[in-house]
Amino acid sequence: MDSSQIPIVSSYIVMAGALGFLLNSAAITVYAERRVAAFIQNRVGPNRVGPLGLFQPLADVVKLIFKEDVTPAQGNPTLHATAPLIPVITALMTVAVIPFGEGIFVTNINVGVLYILAVASLGVYGVTMAGWASNSKYSLLGGLRAAAQMLSYELPMGMALASVVLFAQSLSMVTMVESQAHFWFIFVNPIGAIIFIVCTFAEANRTPFDLVEAEQELVGGFHTEYSSMKFGMFFLAEYMHVVIGSMLITVFFLGGWHLPFAGYYEHILPEAGTWAKAILDISVFLGKTIFLVFVFIWVRWTIPRFKYNQLMSLGWARLLPLSILNFAVIAFILMVIHTYF
Amino acid sequence: MEKFSFLDKTKPTFFKEHQNALYKSLEDKHTTIEELEEDPLGTRMILNMGPQHPATHGVLRLLLELDGEKITRNRLDIGYLHRGIEKIAENKTYQEFMPYTDRMDYLSPYSNNVAMCMAVEKIADIEVPERAQYIRMIGCELARISSHLLFMGATVMDTGAISVFIWTFRERERIYDIFDNFGGHRFTISHSRIGGVHNDLSPLCIDMIKNFTETFPAEVEGWKKLLNRNRIFYDRNNGVGTISREDAIKIGLTGPNIRATGVPLDLRKVNPYMQYDKVDFEVPTRLEGDNFARYICRMEEMLESIKIIKQCLDKMPKGQIRTDDAKKAYPSKDEVYYSMEGMIHDFMMTDTGVCPPDGVECYTAIEAPKGELGFYIQSDGTGHPWRMKIKSPSFTNLQGLEKILDGEMIADTVVIIGGVDPVMGESDK
Repeated sequence: MDSSQIPIVSSYIVMAGALGFLLNSAAITVYAERRVAAFIQNRVGPNRVGPLGLFQPLADVVKLIFKEDVTPAQGNPTLHATAPLIPVITALMTVAVIPFGEGIFVTNINVGVLYILAVASLGVYGVTMAGWASNSKYSLLGGLRAAAQMLSYELPMGMALASVVLFAQSLSMVTMVESQAHFWFIFVNPIGAIIFIVCTFAEANRTPFDLVEAEQELVGGFHTEYSSMKFGMFFLAEYMHVVIGSMLITVFFLGGWHLPFAGYYEHILPEAGTWAKAILDISVFLGKTIFLVFVFIWVRWTIPRFKYNQLMSLGWARLLPLSILNFAVIAFILMVIHTYF
Repeated sequence: MEKFSFLDKTKPTFFKEHQNALYKSLEDKHTTIEELEEDPLGTRMILNMGPQHPATHGVLRLLLELDGEKITRNRLDIGYLHRGIEKIAENKTYQEFMPYTDRMDYLSPYSNNVAMCMAVEKIADIEVPERAQYIRMIGCELARISSHLLFMGATVMDTGAISVFIWTFRERERIYDIFDNFGGHRFTISHSRIGGVHNDLSPLCIDMIKNFTETFPAEVEGWKKLLNRNRIFYDRNNGVGTISREDAIKIGLTGPNIRATGVPLDLRKVNPYMQYDKVDFEVPTRLEGDNFARYICRMEEMLESIKIIKQCLDKMPKGQIRTDDAKKAYPSKDEVYYSMEGMIHDFMMTDTGVCPPDGVECYTAIEAPKGELGFYIQSDGTGHPWRMKIKSPSFTNLQGLEKILDGEMIADTVVIIGGVDPVMGESDK
């Protein structure tokens, strides 16, 4: 393990910072979404609460807390109350392995990628449970769609990740970023990047894959019967998943904390281990994340939604074969390179 | 307490007798096929959609029997917005009744006003000056554009893209601003009068209309670029909600819904009223009969409407805007304020109204944005109708909805409802 694999800042400080950032990022993303949506739709957006409407998320949360908490009389109260916690907790757990900068991470486990896949797929339980516990037909349909959707998109997502693992030759997230110093993986593995981005959209239940909560036909999908802060938790989780999704795309394909082709001009950047380098790393990482969050919002307000059968055929008939093919071709090319050059 | 079981908070249900009758009718549907179909796994689910539902365009109620995500059978339940306006008409003079017509198809009030006025003018044999007819045509076409704009926004929003709905609002807002100058109201305009229209167009209003006709086609082109070849939008609409030409004719669909199946039925061409035979326009038709065809038809119709408005503005002669017979139409305000006879006539028009001959009946229909809108009036010689029957296009179009929905996916329901474009205020009357 070389020096960069050891955290330079205490894990606890990074964890506190990351969790605080993630919890607040949901609020900021909600505000950003509403402002960007307004911008796309020729409107003004929230601008009443605080300067430029920046305190709007606070007002939203206060409103949500003071709303009546309704539990369906015919539903299952225990599961109904537990379900909203699951997506939030899984989203927060993801932070543990994300490297924010050189030596700035909570922990560096050597199976980080597997950990991410495992934790990310747990979130669907919350949605399915919510759909079932509400004892409403609309919620049930939403929950079932969620289960089917997550299952279908886990597979191409895993294959797309496997194709970058071939390049990094490690399952550690830190090594993954380290090996992108010269070339981001989006340049060497563009098909994998596209598949991964599409799957991230599907995992975060965002348009065009938001048929889990398809407002038009299913009223609110799985959260039809939720109100007050229980709904707030789902809301929070959705935006945290957007931020997490953006971070994962950044780590796996956009070079994490590296500037483009940073490996070639490393000598002019600040030395590793200094404060200047830490600030630069985190800024670069956040910059990429913010851009991707913007893309998430941009897509949401532009593109219509898939139908259930179209979603399934895209997942199983297009993305899965493509991702397997992509993996096989990359594996073959790498083998040839390693054997003959 | 048992009497009010449908008000029970924990288990809310609809009115019991009605509910039972509806379930029975859903059961009875396709009984011949039903004998063979057994469902051993019990995967069928009955889903109640509406009348309170965000995407059923008002208070439409659907009972859907689902097999997974597929609709096996469905029943339509309409009438939740019934206000009995046909009955109200019997107690109102013809002119008094007009504001009620505004609230039928509340997306195109102008067409409704004109349809009613034309029926009364026919039964009472009243001539309408040419200028008034052109003004009415401009109003009708603007109403058509506004109605189709809402259709477009709603249908795209039903597929999941919300922004387009808001974009169409900007253009609709411009139309409402025009209407504000047109007759003093933005929405429920009530501008048409029996025997003509209320007031002439101001130069400012004509300028606004001209400006609108010049800039609007570019907006439509922009939307076409965004939507026509949008993969997801195309897949969500193409081949969805198909109805064959024979079925469409049998059920009696009207308006863009039947034109999308390839029947060029447009009353403005088939049976020209007002001055539609003097303007040049096309009737857009498609052969597919699916949701995408309906969308294309309406998009093209908006552009044709712009063409009609432009020609109307050019051809509009100078002259009166209301017939000069004080027994048949309101006298102008100049007469009312400055002459004894004018004031008496004004009073009599408000009090008694236009009196068609006793025992006469007539039916007049116009091409409203949603299809054939007809008024059937039976007169008993007084100033109010003995019976008024309104043939509303949304009601006729909804008759086809059950047939269209069978076998589609649940996600398509709202898209198809959007495509058929019913307005419940008009359907339930």
